[in-house]
Amino acid sequence: MEGSASTLGVAVGAEPRETFVINVGPQHPATHGVLRLKLTMDGEYVTRAEPVPGYIHRMHEKMGENRPYAKFLPNTSRIDYLSAMHYTHAFVGAVERAARLAPPPRAEYIRVITSELNRIASHLVWFGAYLLDLGGFTPLLYAWADRERILDLLEGITGSRLTYCYYRFGGLCNDVDNEFIKGAKDFVIHMRPRLDMYRRLVTDNIILRKRLEGIGHISQETCRKYGATGPVLRGSGVPYDVRKIEPYSVYPELDFAVPVFPQGDCMARYLVRMEEMRQSLRIIEQALDKLPGGPVQAKAPRVLKLPAGDFCCAVEAARGRFAVRLVSDGGEIPYRVKLRTPSFSNLSLFEEASAGLMLPDALALLGSLDLVIPDIDR
Amino acid sequence: MSLAEPIRLLLFLAGLLAFVGLNAAWLVWVERKSAGRFQRRPGPTEVGYEGLLQPVADGLKIISKQLNVPPNSDALLLRLAPTMVLAPAMMCLATIPFSETLAARNINVGLVMVFAFGSINVLALMLAGWASRNKYAIISAARVVSQDVAYEVPMFLVVITMLMITGTMDLRQIVEQQAGGFWRWNLFKVWLNPLMPVTFVVYFTCMLAETNRAPFDMAEAESELVAGAFTEYASFSWGLFFMAEYANLVVGCAVGTILFLGGWDSPLGVLPGLFWFGLKLYLLMFAVMWVRWTFPRTQFYNLLNLSWKILIPISLIILVITSVMMKLF
Repeated sequence: MEGSASTLGVAVGAEPRETFVINVGPQHPATHGVLRLKLTMDGEYVTRAEPVPGYIHRMHEKMGENRPYAKFLPNTSRIDYLSAMHYTHAFVGAVERAARLAPPPRAEYIRVITSELNRIASHLVWFGAYLLDLGGFTPLLYAWADRERILDLLEGITGSRLTYCYYRFGGLCNDVDNEFIKGAKDFVIHMRPRLDMYRRLVTDNIILRKRLEGIGHISQETCRKYGATGPVLRGSGVPYDVRKIEPYSVYPELDFAVPVFPQGDCMARYLVRMEEMRQSLRIIEQALDKLPGGPVQAKAPRVLKLPAGDFCCAVEAARGRFAVRLVSDGGEIPYRVKLRTPSFSNLSLFEEASAGLMLPDALALLGSLDLVIPDIDR
Repeated sequence: MSLAEPIRLLLFLAGLLAFVGLNAAWLVWVERKSAGRFQRRPGPTEVGYEGLLQPVADGLKIISKQLNVPPNSDALLLRLAPTMVLAPAMMCLATIPFSETLAARNINVGLVMVFAFGSINVLALMLAGWASRNKYAIISAARVVSQDVAYEVPMFLVVITMLMITGTMDLRQIVEQQAGGFWRWNLFKVWLNPLMPVTFVVYFTCMLAETNRAPFDMAEAESELVAGAFTEYASFSWGLFFMAEYANLVVGCAVGTILFLGGWDSPLGVLPGLFWFGLKLYLLMFAVMWVRWTFPRTQFYNLLNLSWKILIPISLIILVITSVMMKLF
């Protein structure tokens, strides 16, 4: 509120428009966590958006570099707490590649089932929270009710509801029981009509369509420049899915499609995630049918020492490509742990993509990136 | 009238104050309960039977909070705004005839008075946003002004249409014209205006926008503007805004009932008029809540587009059709 001469309305064409800075976060309802955005505004238009991450930086990489592999395993599920299964999968996968451990087939199938359940749970959280961002309160509670079923199922076999540490080097910590298999089958039957209900109640709503269609366009070029992955990239028309491009686990044996929408707007990213839930249900159904018997844990050494070298494993997490790079010097403790998290790259494009948008549209764009703040800061 | 006029007015004033306060308090309960049902949860259950005393607990909590005036704000206007937003709503209620006998003051230009005082709401919200000296609040204030100005145009066009049909601005006479069976209600007078149901929908939409209710709650938009114009308000000054929101809603729904749904007129001929007026009023209120808990918020330019490009042309067409029909038949 500077009372300078320029505010007196002396109209000079060459004079730059008066702007002001608005802080969105670190405590703001739209950021869902401690992310801070410094928005330079011209009226209601965003001219520049500067993300300020780091409020929840926890040095996960450094922690990985001063303890044995097994002791870092629980950390991975805290990076992106909403898709914990995928994150442990990537770390376990990197260690298995290095140590030449092959998990038994039953373990691989169970990993796929639990990972896909986790993906649906994560997308449901996004769905509810995104609608909350857009001012619709009720879908959140519906999504939560569905997610609750997944959490109960996973709690039954892993013992935790959010930060699972279920995968082990060379297998799983314990086998699934019949209750879980029946519960997962029931969930698939339950979830399909629910997705149809979401489409009728939310997706087809004219207010939502007007709110999202053509808003927050992200071009393929922008995605490439900032390394965006996951639904953000697929919403810009690039069929990039780690499960197809760099297949891991038993994904090559399962039949599923990679939903791609070329529009690049918020609606495209929304539809990608809604369609992914459907594809995840397909994967779960097939994996449950094919689930072989046998052990769930391969023989693994008690003291794990990886051979010297550079190992990497990437998975398709709910938010995009998550990769773990391990550099080993032959000891019990890794020399270097590098975590490549999708939310960080997806946030990076926000500054470019949000320029010129109105404030509500910029926040709709932010929500459609589906950021998890600890995943950015790690 | 056995009571002296000043005493009567005083009683009505006290009654209206009590009505506005209690009505707002228990409408919050209704809103929370119905929102709970829409969201498959029970809503408040703890305080009193089915949470019926929850508004009392909420009220006590709000009163016990510190009344905070931010150091950089315009303290006088900041304090004045909540009163300015509530008082006009009360003035409007004074002219509403709740039944054949229950009305504080019958004014022969009641309809004009309701809309005249209703418009002060915009000014008060703008002052609230401006006096807060808060960026979120100022953005919100700017939105409120453009939104309410945009929606007053189709609203008045609809009201003019209704005025042509009724031929009077006296709210009591408007109801009396519609008495004697529901086919005489203005909503069903399709021989005067074939687009009557559309007219009602336009009125209802404009009312939602005028009272800043979802899906047009641009002013509050808590996921963008934290609490919009009310960001800097605490304690009961915030509570007054809350009460005013419901009071304005009651006024909007009451005028809708009077203009379109025959006021206190009973469709069945049983039960007193007050019951029927309340039933119609609260059915409309319930529809408002239903809308709020079902739809996401609109985007601001869509909101303005809806008014200038769709509602205003529609209400103009309605106006022309009605005048032609009235001339012909």
